[in-house]
Amino acid sequence: MAKTVEIHLKVNGKNYAGHCESRTLMADLLREHLNLTGTHIGCEHGVCGVCTILVNGEAVRSCIMLAAQAEGAEVTTIEGLSHQGQFHPVQKAFHENHALQCGFCTPGMLATVIDFLRTNASPTEAEVKEALSAVLCRCTGYQNIIKAVMAAAADMRGEKKLGALADV
Amino acid sequence: MSEVSGRFIGKSMLRKEDQRLLTGKGEFIADLKLPEMLHAAFVRSQIAHGRIKSVDLSRALASPGVVYAIAGPDLAKLLPPVPDTQLALPRKWTSRVQHKFLNPQQPLLAYDKVRHVGEAIAVILAESRYLAEDAAELVTVEIEPLPVVVDPELGLADGCPVLHEQYDTNLIGDFSVEKGNVELSLATAPHRLKRRFYHHRYAAIPMECRGVAAVHDTRTDSITIWSSCQVIHWLRREASTVLKLPEARIRSLALDVGGGFGVKGHVYPEDLLIPVLAREVGRPVKWIEDRHEHFMSSCHSRDQTHDVEVGFDDEGRLLAFRDEFIVDCGAWNPIGSGIAYNTAVHLPGPYKFDHFAVRSRIVVTNKVPNAPYRGAGRPEATFAMERVMDLIAAELGVDPAVVRMRNLIPLSEMPYRLGIPYRDGEPIVYDSGDYPESLRQALSAIGGLEAFRERQKAARAQGRFLGLGLGCYVEGTGVGPFESATVRIDPSGKIYLAGGACPQGQGMETIFSQIVADTWKVDPKDVVVALADTSVISIGFGTIASRSTVNLSGAIYNASEVLQKKVFAIAANILECSPVDLELRNGAVGLVGVPGRELPLAEIAQAARPGWDNERPEGVSAGLEETAYFEPPTVTWAYAMHAALIEVDAELGRIEIEKYVIVHDCGVVVNPMLVEGQIHGGAVQGLGGVLLEEMAYDSEGQLLVGSFMDYLVPGASDVPHMELKHLHFPSLLNPFGVKGVGEGSAIAPPVVIANAVCDALSHLKVEFNSTPIKPEQIARASWA
Repeated sequence: MAKTVEIHLKVNGKNYAGHCESRTLMADLLREHLNLTGTHIGCEHGVCGVCTILVNGEAVRSCIMLAAQAEGAEVTTIEGLSHQGQFHPVQKAFHENHALQCGFCTPGMLATVIDFLRTNASPTEAEVKEALSAVLCRCTGYQNIIKAVMAAAADMRGEKKLGALADV
Repeated sequence: MSEVSGRFIGKSMLRKEDQRLLTGKGEFIADLKLPEMLHAAFVRSQIAHGRIKSVDLSRALASPGVVYAIAGPDLAKLLPPVPDTQLALPRKWTSRVQHKFLNPQQPLLAYDKVRHVGEAIAVILAESRYLAEDAAELVTVEIEPLPVVVDPELGLADGCPVLHEQYDTNLIGDFSVEKGNVELSLATAPHRLKRRFYHHRYAAIPMECRGVAAVHDTRTDSITIWSSCQVIHWLRREASTVLKLPEARIRSLALDVGGGFGVKGHVYPEDLLIPVLAREVGRPVKWIEDRHEHFMSSCHSRDQTHDVEVGFDDEGRLLAFRDEFIVDCGAWNPIGSGIAYNTAVHLPGPYKFDHFAVRSRIVVTNKVPNAPYRGAGRPEATFAMERVMDLIAAELGVDPAVVRMRNLIPLSEMPYRLGIPYRDGEPIVYDSGDYPESLRQALSAIGGLEAFRERQKAARAQGRFLGLGLGCYVEGTGVGPFESATVRIDPSGKIYLAGGACPQGQGMETIFSQIVADTWKVDPKDVVVALADTSVISIGFGTIASRSTVNLSGAIYNASEVLQKKVFAIAANILECSPVDLELRNGAVGLVGVPGRELPLAEIAQAARPGWDNERPEGVSAGLEETAYFEPPTVTWAYAMHAALIEVDAELGRIEIEKYVIVHDCGVVVNPMLVEGQIHGGAVQGLGGVLLEEMAYDSEGQLLVGSFMDYLVPGASDVPHMELKHLHFPSLLNPFGVKGVGEGSAIAPPVVIANAVCDALSHLKVEFNSTPIKPEQIARASWA
């Protein structure tokens, strides 16, 4: 049997301590050990970006990160984005602008956008496009995702409030 | 039936699906966990064509965590391969179209020969995917290589290697369709031109790869199969044959599916092998395709070569069109005549001309099988016809927009009888639309034709190359044979809908809630939708071919029509009135013209129950549930005009898309926001296909693509802003007037870009008659 390592980290505000094989990928730790299957795997070689999560607040591709590298880290996945039943403004903007279809790339998109808006609160559309190039989406053609990111940015700056998650 | 008013149909309602998908609560096949579940990994051929000499599993079986392993030769003994069958085609079609088809059946694992790189030879089951992959690496396969077929034309030559030796030929499909007298018309036409067009091989590439899981229940000898699949009823039918179980003992279902676009639209060997193994080992088994596998085992598409000759008059009016085309089918042909026949009948497009002849040949090669991908044969047809329009224009020195306007079927001639049959065997009739108007609107959206030509001239004087590309198509949508719906009034008063459609991101839970809501005068939130599960509806078809909105809405209508009669009969019995005095409103039944007095649907459902104290009138059966089918008379025709303004950097071969306009008509729109999303997504797939994506093979049949590093899917920076215009000519062939929209926008972009590049570089007289169009092709052409 392959060598195991001990690992301690905080995921979505909860402490986790356990063991995994040293070769275990971060995406597999989340999905298989912690049952956080909201993080998806699209290519397993760090290109498509759908597995992107937030590690200490920064967007990271969990399919090319070893779980052992997350020792001591604070991790946020799609399951941890909303607070007290309130959607994160980026989640809200994705819903209202129809920025997802099949939803498979959405976890990676959300993490990427949240990290991007943290570093650039007032982006231009060109900057948004460049940031979104980190994640592949095969359904939307990106147009509504770009719209959603601009709307979320405005919302987070307090300029244009998005409605509550509509009841459909 | 109560009149269906459009309170929710036509409204951009936000999606019901989003809540779970935005919070990580969706469930995709890879997320499924079952107790004691084993994980499968496949050993796949690295050789394009060869005879399997031996497969040694001994080291794999000794590897940690491995529970079971089997290779093709042993599986063939355990489970004899299904013999080749005739292709199932509608009688109306076979009696009208001259054809010949062979239908080789792909085994669940290759046992005698391998026929493409990526074909599965053995499978390992282990306690985890990591351990299964470790063991798969320890399998030794001995294959005696055979000469390969990579060029379908060479595959037809005498003495060429043959893939399916039982047939002695690589030609597995051959048919002809014609109208008028093309030979005579060509012979007498004032002008003729002849060209070869090639539409290259690319693929759907959903972000979620395929996946299958299965569990066998020994108590009832029944099987449950989960598959990331667009056609779960088809899967159950094939599983029934392979497992030798009645369909009633098989449940197949799809969870959330991460994109399909056609590549998940038929049954693959893995869909059947995983259930076989789950029964064999007595434990649940799951297989998740990884991205590397996806490139070499999930179907590719397009890959057609067209030899076209046309005749036209001095005004550029098309007189005759003849096409002989070859489909490079890859090693197997999972959906038979579908793609090739789609191509044949979509060649005429929105144009009026009298003489047409097409011959199609389907040829097997040592490549991944070719199956439908968004557009399914239509992009290839549209590429040929729309290049022809621009070539005629160039030949006569007339603007391509003007040539199109002269050839488009005028509004006054709609509905238009094309004169050839569709693949359902029915004569093709373009049922509604205004094709010239779509061109007028597209030209106006790009700022007017003359204004652009002026700008183009001025730019060229400064050494800048602007181009206008046009491309239009008509698309048969909503093909039969049927779709099913069960509508039930839940005891809570909510309306339950089960349907045979299988969504992969289209937002079907939302749009069918809107349709049911308007049909029953309830709020969409009071509609419960269940799809993609054979346990909720026993007969169903599935989601391919831009068909689900058309066919399932029709089935909802038919089921509701019968059920509403029953609801009114019971309500009339309770209210002591005549059913004709009743109407549906606010989730209840009320007296027409008498506000206030309403009987909630929940109470009527209670009154309809079997047993004591029911309130059904004499002769009304118990329960409020109805299952019905919609069998469309034939397809309904959507269409679109695409226009792109581009700038070509002739030195570097780069293209900048300045503006991309789409004028489309899908009849009555259920949810405009979702329709626009479909169009955006399809158009970007078409642009990706022509500009970036390519399933390249070398002369040994080796696939040169294995990851997203070498197969480029468009990213956000690669796509232009799209401007959409909508025309609304309702379909006359279904109750809600809808037409399909799923595939359309992927059809035109390849030829739009080809035409735009030719237009930008018209001074060089270069022609782009094949795809892809990458910087190297443009640079080479402009340097020459």
